[in-house]
Amino acid sequence: MSITSEPIAENAADTSGKRRRRKRDKTIHTGESRLAFLLLAPTLIMLTVIVGYPIIKAIYQSFLTDPGLDSSGFFNEGNSWNGLANYKHWLLQQCPGAGGVTESCPTGNLGAQFWSSVGITIGFTVVTVLLETIIGMCFALMMHRAFKGRALVRVAILIPWAIPTAVIAKLWIVIFDPQGVLNNVLGTDFAWTSESGPARAAIVIADVWKTTPFIALLILAGLQGISNEIYESAKVDGANAWQRFWRITLPLVKPALAVAVIFRSLDVLRMYDLPWILTQGANGTTTMSILVVRQLNSGLNSASALSTITFIIIFAIALGLVRLFNANIVERGTR
Amino acid sequence: MRGKGAAALAGLLGTALVLTACGGGSSDGGSDSGGASGKGPFTFVTGKDNSGTMPYIADEWNKAHPDEKVTIKQQSDSADQQLSDLQQHFQSKDANYDVVTVDVVWTAEFAAKGWLVPLKDDYAIDQAALLPATVDAATYNGTQYAAPYASDGGLLYYRKDLVKKAPTTWDELIADCDGKTTKGTIKGSKPGCYAGQLAKYEGLTVNAAEAINATGGTIVSEDGKSSTVDSAQATTGLDFLVNGFKDGYIPKEALGFKETESLNAFSAGQLMFMRNWPYAAAILSGDSSKVADKYGIAPLPGPDGHGASSLGGHSVAISQYSDTKGSALEFLKFMQSEEVQRNDLTVGTLAPVLSSLYTDEALVKKFTYLPDLLKSIESAVPRPVTPFYPAVTQAIQTNAYAAMQGDTTTAEALKNMAAAINSAAAGG
Repeated sequence: MSITSEPIAENAADTSGKRRRRKRDKTIHTGESRLAFLLLAPTLIMLTVIVGYPIIKAIYQSFLTDPGLDSSGFFNEGNSWNGLANYKHWLLQQCPGAGGVTESCPTGNLGAQFWSSVGITIGFTVVTVLLETIIGMCFALMMHRAFKGRALVRVAILIPWAIPTAVIAKLWIVIFDPQGVLNNVLGTDFAWTSESGPARAAIVIADVWKTTPFIALLILAGLQGISNEIYESAKVDGANAWQRFWRITLPLVKPALAVAVIFRSLDVLRMYDLPWILTQGANGTTTMSILVVRQLNSGLNSASALSTITFIIIFAIALGLVRLFNANIVERGTR
Repeated sequence: MRGKGAAALAGLLGTALVLTACGGGSSDGGSDSGGASGKGPFTFVTGKDNSGTMPYIADEWNKAHPDEKVTIKQQSDSADQQLSDLQQHFQSKDANYDVVTVDVVWTAEFAAKGWLVPLKDDYAIDQAALLPATVDAATYNGTQYAAPYASDGGLLYYRKDLVKKAPTTWDELIADCDGKTTKGTIKGSKPGCYAGQLAKYEGLTVNAAEAINATGGTIVSEDGKSSTVDSAQATTGLDFLVNGFKDGYIPKEALGFKETESLNAFSAGQLMFMRNWPYAAAILSGDSSKVADKYGIAPLPGPDGHGASSLGGHSVAISQYSDTKGSALEFLKFMQSEEVQRNDLTVGTLAPVLSSLYTDEALVKKFTYLPDLLKSIESAVPRPVTPFYPAVTQAIQTNAYAAMQGDTTTAEALKNMAAAINSAAAGG
């Protein structure tokens, strides 16, 4: 078998595929499945109540008006049918102006921040997940090797992940202080959290620092599932370290990597705590979640529309990622 | 397989939506029900008692009113969380939130939603002994809705070892800094010139409003429904902050300053002038301060003569849904009584609302900043009294910040600010 013409990964994936198919062929007794359904029913009902109901209510509310001020100086009830107006407000930047006309949302209105927040959130996601994957891969390879003091390295790498995000954010505030550690070490004088460029960099740095261990851990789990024999036979066939990484490690660790990337992407797309504590969303760091929470204070139904849009955007991206990775995995498995 | 994956994802992401679906509901009109007659035990909902004054209040009240005992429910110490807790309980018409603490900036919204009992007719309270600005801030559409019990005003902290006399105008302040401070950024042995709370958060609204009000500019109209901020006066006012960054008399670090950061910089000797609340005095005199015997306190400067402070502070109000409005009304009066006000100041260093306490000899001896604070509060202008406060404060912060960073001109920022405030008032 030559390494270059037929990656070993395919064989490995192939055997697991066969095993799966055999399992599926076994028919399950109908009685058993009924029992299974009965046992699952309470959970399903609970999920419908605590997840399904709020989602449907939120989507319904997103089509209603928020309370408005009437001539007596009191708020009316709101909640009358508003069609797609809330969605137009966010997506098309339509704001009510003085005198009942519709105008383009002025700076300072939350609506005007929608597209920039989408861009910022996706930007954060791409940059942080990319960095985390690369660094996480290095960490995982390091943790996987047997050497003296490995336990210590593993603990050191995992510590950041074990600290709550809010605590980490506070920690980084001290580091990012204009007179703080980072400026001293780098010899710069950035006002890290109060200038656009540095503020975004600060959030990326803090996020990568915290969550790289998570990716590393998942990749490590994948690495430990790869049999040593494959490496040994590759060595016998004359594959160098680089080839072994590209042709064996990477393809075989891919399922674990895919899970890690999807989880992290979802996390970053929902990111709220880190930028909120570091910058309050100032200097181009308002993520979609921050915008939703801000809007909550001034109008619940409009906030519902915004969170529905956010939901759809994140859902679409996540689905895209799942398809992308799944396609590759399935393709290799069935060929 | 794919379908299942999609469903699971939907479930996972759905939690984001749950957030907004909680606490829906609607508001009621402003109708009043019954006289000030309901008596009985009641609950007082207030923010976390950081000042340590609540035990005294509960003990004294309960001693005098054994049949109308008060239960104090403390909320979190974050103002945002206090606000949403109150909104949720009011929306669900909770009869157990009898008396609530209202931040000055929430009064208009709560009143317009019909959640608070107007303090008139049967509920009228004599407010003659109070500082007028505090009563104004608790008034919406000509009716008082809440009884102020703690006030707050901005003060200028200055280094008396570097300047002989506190500046009274902005020009004097800038001239005082000449040669004694570093420009643009805090570096080296010399301090920066001036800083307030200029990060993009509520503190910026306070500071920007002070600058705008000092020149006679206003932010919203009397009825709170439209913006008046696009004016020449407001431009001059905001320019004090904008030029600060341009000319370097405000160090750029101040763009990230909240109360604590500005206080830390001043107490480390890195600032010559700082705008802050009265609470800073206790910390500046403390052990960790490098300027403990080198600082003085004065009223805020303005364009010509002393400036205008934004008004901070808290009021107590009666919920429209309470069954014990009679007891609640008595409790409001009790919170404004001299004994409680005195204790609030001595135990909790809360600025009193009773004007007489500011000239009380014993108190002035202990709290030497009281006369300056009185000047500050007397000249104070409430932050925009508008039922759309959350959107209005966003409009102010976003645009003032953009101008300070030099992303836009002052005039353009104020134009956008006005448009955003008008849009908020129109329901956007």
